[in-house]
Amino acid sequence: MTTRPPQIDENPAGVDLPLEPLPGHSSRGRLERVLRRGEFAVTAELNPPDSANAQDVYERAAVFDGWVDGINAVDASGANCHMSSLGICALLTRMGYATIMQIACRDRNRIAIQGDVLGAAAMGVGNIMCLTGDGVQAGDQPGAKPVFDLDCMSLLETVRTMRDEEKFLSGRKLSTAPAVFLGAAINPFAPPYDFRPLRLAKKIAAGAQFVQSQYCYDVPMLTEYMKRVRDLGLIENCFILVGVGPLASAKTARWIRSNVPGVHIPDSVVKRLEGAENQKQEGKRLCIDIINEVKEIDGISGIHVMAYRQEEYVAEIVHESGVLKGRRPWMREAGADDALVAERLDHILHDNASEKPVDMVKNANSE
Amino acid sequence: MSGNEAQKTSAPAVTQATLVKKARGKLAYKPADVSPQRRLQRRYTMRLWSVRHARFLEWVYARFADLFLMLHPFWNAIGYARAERPVKFVERHVKGLMFDCRMCGQCVLSSTGMSCPMNCPKQLRNGPCGGVRANGHCEVEPDMPCVWVKAWEGAQTMRANDAILAVQKPVDQSLRETSAWLRVTALAAHERKNTSGTAA
Repeated sequence: MTTRPPQIDENPAGVDLPLEPLPGHSSRGRLERVLRRGEFAVTAELNPPDSANAQDVYERAAVFDGWVDGINAVDASGANCHMSSLGICALLTRMGYATIMQIACRDRNRIAIQGDVLGAAAMGVGNIMCLTGDGVQAGDQPGAKPVFDLDCMSLLETVRTMRDEEKFLSGRKLSTAPAVFLGAAINPFAPPYDFRPLRLAKKIAAGAQFVQSQYCYDVPMLTEYMKRVRDLGLIENCFILVGVGPLASAKTARWIRSNVPGVHIPDSVVKRLEGAENQKQEGKRLCIDIINEVKEIDGISGIHVMAYRQEEYVAEIVHESGVLKGRRPWMREAGADDALVAERLDHILHDNASEKPVDMVKNANSE
Repeated sequence: MSGNEAQKTSAPAVTQATLVKKARGKLAYKPADVSPQRRLQRRYTMRLWSVRHARFLEWVYARFADLFLMLHPFWNAIGYARAERPVKFVERHVKGLMFDCRMCGQCVLSSTGMSCPMNCPKQLRNGPCGGVRANGHCEVEPDMPCVWVKAWEGAQTMRANDAILAVQKPVDQSLRETSAWLRVTALAAHERKNTSGTAA
């Protein structure tokens, strides 16, 4: 179909098709390949649109092109209503993007979730991230019924059972198991601090293969956490991606600190932003500095960039921090046939040229 | 141009959530900003006492479970189904007083440092969510200490302090409002019979 040479981690038969299964891999996705090859992975979070327009999703995904190995489709983060993660994944997988579908336990019970996992895997979603989800009080619809039928741990175990034992939670058999790479979230920056590394151990025991952390603005705290994680021997069984993101201003930082649950921003960070002339620029600089510190920590396999409403800076941040080391992640490219059409589109539409063979012969004769 | 303006006036700029928030201020009666679940329960003084005395309660429960198991012939004689109602009544009130029990019917207090996880607004049974405030309070209910921060403290004092690391199964909602004491006893009796059966 495509005449251009296939990129690394791409199915030559079509970008939207799953990759060849590799031994020791549980999914047929790109992200798992990158991580298992030992490369420093970059994932980013897509800001879900409040619209029913597919083009909105494609435009938001296009800014990450060639810079990230996976795109997180969030499931109503902060309990705010947006396009569903399943819907976003359906659109993005068609275009060949590697998606990480988040599932929050807040909105659906075990019947709905298991059905969604099958549907997602069938569409080619290679990575599923299991979350508890924020409480409904945090979002725009505080009157909603909080479900929380499963919690993140039992959700991980459920999906793992579906994948490895090929059965539902009830024990009913599946004819094809969902081949997914399982993810979870960690927050090393919230109490009880002693319990956090053990909780990661618990998540790994329940099936987590990679984890993405909450926003990291306190590197010493993360270092301390990672030390305990290494002592527990957890980095052999799990890829840890650290969440980072630029802060737009000191005011935003203060707002996030008091309104977004679970984000820890030390005073020094707020001070640094306040002192800067161009706060937005400084926020970006700060993010890059944090990435540079974080990538040196033993056991960190990648970063997860959450640049909420500043998605256009992701490429810049990744580039300037140099975490890719010259590697270029998969990028959506038009096939040779499409490129040809795009090149000639102007001519076809506006020059009023008839390209029917009969007319072409007639024109040639008259000349 | 005029079409554009008409569209502007017809589409309200405020969301439903804003309306709700605005109306809340005008209401004469304003409930505290807590979850419905929180409104149902008492003050948590007793609950916190139980967590502080987790080791003692662990000891008490071990004796109590033995006693219940000893009474197995009695439960069997009157029938577990018939014993359910009175036992449930006692269980609900005793555990309700001490732990703010929610009668999920599958008690895991021994693995959660004697802090009932069903009091968590997200009903997490496997550890704290990422939203715990820096002061150790709940994300949803700012005035309540996080159930799992307390659970971790309680578990540290207990003899079986690694039970908190076990991954718990999801709650079986069909067991709600049943007696956990009787279920555990029946299971233990069954197991005892099995092991003695294989030994003999």
